[in-house]
Amino acid sequence: MINKREEILKQATRYRWEIGENLHDSILESIYSEAANIAKVVVTRDNEKRKFDWDRWIDKLVTGKWTGFPIMFLLLAVVFWLTISGANVPSALLASLLVDTIHPILKSGAEYLYFPWWLSGVLIDGAYLALAWVISVMLPPMAIFFPLFTLLEDFGYLPRVAFNMDNLYKRVGAHGKQALTMSMGFGCNAAGVIAARIIDSPRERLIAIITNNFSLCNGRWPTQILIATIFIGGAVHPMLAGFTSAAAVMSVAVLGVFFSLIVSWLLSKSVLKGEASAFSLELPPYRPPRFLQTLYTSLIDRTLMVLWRAVVFAAPAGIAIWLVSNITIADITLAEYFVKNVNPYAAIIGLNGVIILAYIIAVPANEIVIPTVLMLTALTSNIAGFGSGAGVMFEMDSLSDTEMLLRSGGWTLLTGINLMLFSLLHNPCSTTIYTIYKETKSLKWTLISTFLPIAMGIVICFFVAQFWRLLV
Amino acid sequence: MTVSSNCVNCPAHNSANLVRLGIDMSNFDYVVALAGNPNTGKSTVFNSLTGLRQHTGNWPGKTVGRAEGAFQYNEKRYKIVDLPGTYSLLSTSTDEEIARDFILFGQPDVTIIVVDASRLERNLNLTLQVLEITDRAVLCLNLIDEAKRHHITIDDRLLSKKLGIPVIPATARQNVGIPELIKAVHSVASGEYICNPYKMKSQIKNVSHAVDDLEQKLKTEFPNLANTRWIALRLLEGDQRVTDAVKSSEIGNLTPAETENA
Repeated sequence: MINKREEILKQATRYRWEIGENLHDSILESIYSEAANIAKVVVTRDNEKRKFDWDRWIDKLVTGKWTGFPIMFLLLAVVFWLTISGANVPSALLASLLVDTIHPILKSGAEYLYFPWWLSGVLIDGAYLALAWVISVMLPPMAIFFPLFTLLEDFGYLPRVAFNMDNLYKRVGAHGKQALTMSMGFGCNAAGVIAARIIDSPRERLIAIITNNFSLCNGRWPTQILIATIFIGGAVHPMLAGFTSAAAVMSVAVLGVFFSLIVSWLLSKSVLKGEASAFSLELPPYRPPRFLQTLYTSLIDRTLMVLWRAVVFAAPAGIAIWLVSNITIADITLAEYFVKNVNPYAAIIGLNGVIILAYIIAVPANEIVIPTVLMLTALTSNIAGFGSGAGVMFEMDSLSDTEMLLRSGGWTLLTGINLMLFSLLHNPCSTTIYTIYKETKSLKWTLISTFLPIAMGIVICFFVAQFWRLLV
Repeated sequence: MTVSSNCVNCPAHNSANLVRLGIDMSNFDYVVALAGNPNTGKSTVFNSLTGLRQHTGNWPGKTVGRAEGAFQYNEKRYKIVDLPGTYSLLSTSTDEEIARDFILFGQPDVTIIVVDASRLERNLNLTLQVLEITDRAVLCLNLIDEAKRHHITIDDRLLSKKLGIPVIPATARQNVGIPELIKAVHSVASGEYICNPYKMKSQIKNVSHAVDDLEQKLKTEFPNLANTRWIALRLLEGDQRVTDAVKSSEIGNLTPAETENA
């Protein structure tokens, strides 16, 4: 039996030598011609009624040599502007409900039940307030940003972005489909890393995975949006504030794309050497998006999922924050001790100890960077009238309160800009790191993906700070 | 025929028997594979069959790997596997290999081929390749609304006759044609509808002798093997996975659908 099977295979190999290399093409040809024959008899086209072809016209515009990129930036800017200007009011409403109304009720409830001070501190001032903050700050922008992004996706715009970017990625020696994984990364880096499976070549897939972190993820959008609104919007005339801060956020996003290209280029010229492989990308027809369904799925699939993750990570982080700011060694809290010691070093790169500590606490989820920063700032700069005790996360009543707090904590426009840059260039969140490990199964590439962005962030922030101090 | 019996036979009536099971895939009676070109709406069909809300997107390559779900119809439980969208099954990429291997070795009871009605000719390339591998398939002629918008009409009855499998026009986004699709899947799975799938006829230059010879040898070695011509071509192409399956005689265990059901 075995001999017979071996014989068949040997015979096949002999034939293969006789036939030569064109077999694959001949098979394809025969498939194509039979498919064409069938299609010919069953399909009728009414060419006379053919009207103006909108798809073609739009494609010419959005993938045009001169119009493609400006339209891309414009769309991106409109999405950010809608997100920034639309999220303020619901954010404030949620905050006043969760923080100003429910928090005191919980506190007095705990008192009534004779909770020890540390227990109500850990649970209510730590875990609950962290949750309240994350929900009030993140829910509104996500509920606007994700549906908008999903509508663009449904409409068929994403492949056009990939089409525009393809040439750039090919030139840096990466795969054109990396443009698609990059777009996914704008939603969530872990999702972007998984999406890199659509790239077949292991070399190009690794490049796409390592550079996905340069796509600002939803956990970082709130940081970008808040800091841009306060420091950059605040630096210009109020009439222009919304527009300028949207432009600033977009610049950081575009800078991220730029870094992903540069790093892809460096990788493909050094450790991941090779040629870009060709691929065909079909531009799907434009389809009118289904608004209600899009709203529903993007709320369920993206907004609530992401929010849930943030909530899961925020509660323990809230507890950690409360602990570091309430455990004292020789009358100095751990947080103060860390911040004071790190401050001089952080100043070299235009940041401060608070930001560094916040990023360490926020490794599980980028979403909680801002609440942590605010809380630690209030704590370490000993400002009276803010918050209600050590380690209590709080929501400012308005943006101007937040601004006042940060400025009195020694923040300048430079701190704001560098925080935005550092938020773009730092390690991926723990979920993404774990996903990278699962996808690459390599400790080496996981470590590189983790530490490369931090190193870049430190270097870039250092140069920005030095130039800033020279010029301003 | 009375009005009431018409109602009973109407697929729309029977669709009341559909129970969407989501991801509860226990105790299934049939396995259904969902194949098709990228961006033809496979995931939309998948969602409307299972009631799941797997994220769909208007870009090719959205489904990575495969997604699974289930539904119940007429007391039978179906497990449905959403394969990655591919243009062909000649396994030149991982996606194509996943799809090809599942249809060949996974032995689904029915394969739904989702095609874009406005791009039928290109989509038929994949359809013909699927029919070379499996005997039991249903063609879902999706995006029929888009085809209409482009003034394209398709004679679905003639297409069904040509391909030898049920052809169901559909607009999955609006759930149009889904009840009929379920009905067709059911009748193919239960053996009510016997497919007579189109097999490639054209002789490929210079190789007909080699194909005939290998086919003959394969038939003697594996008398139950249905798609010998296709296997022979894969061997000639040096397809590693198929070669291994012949070597280990795994290929002989892939019994054709009819005998499996008997």
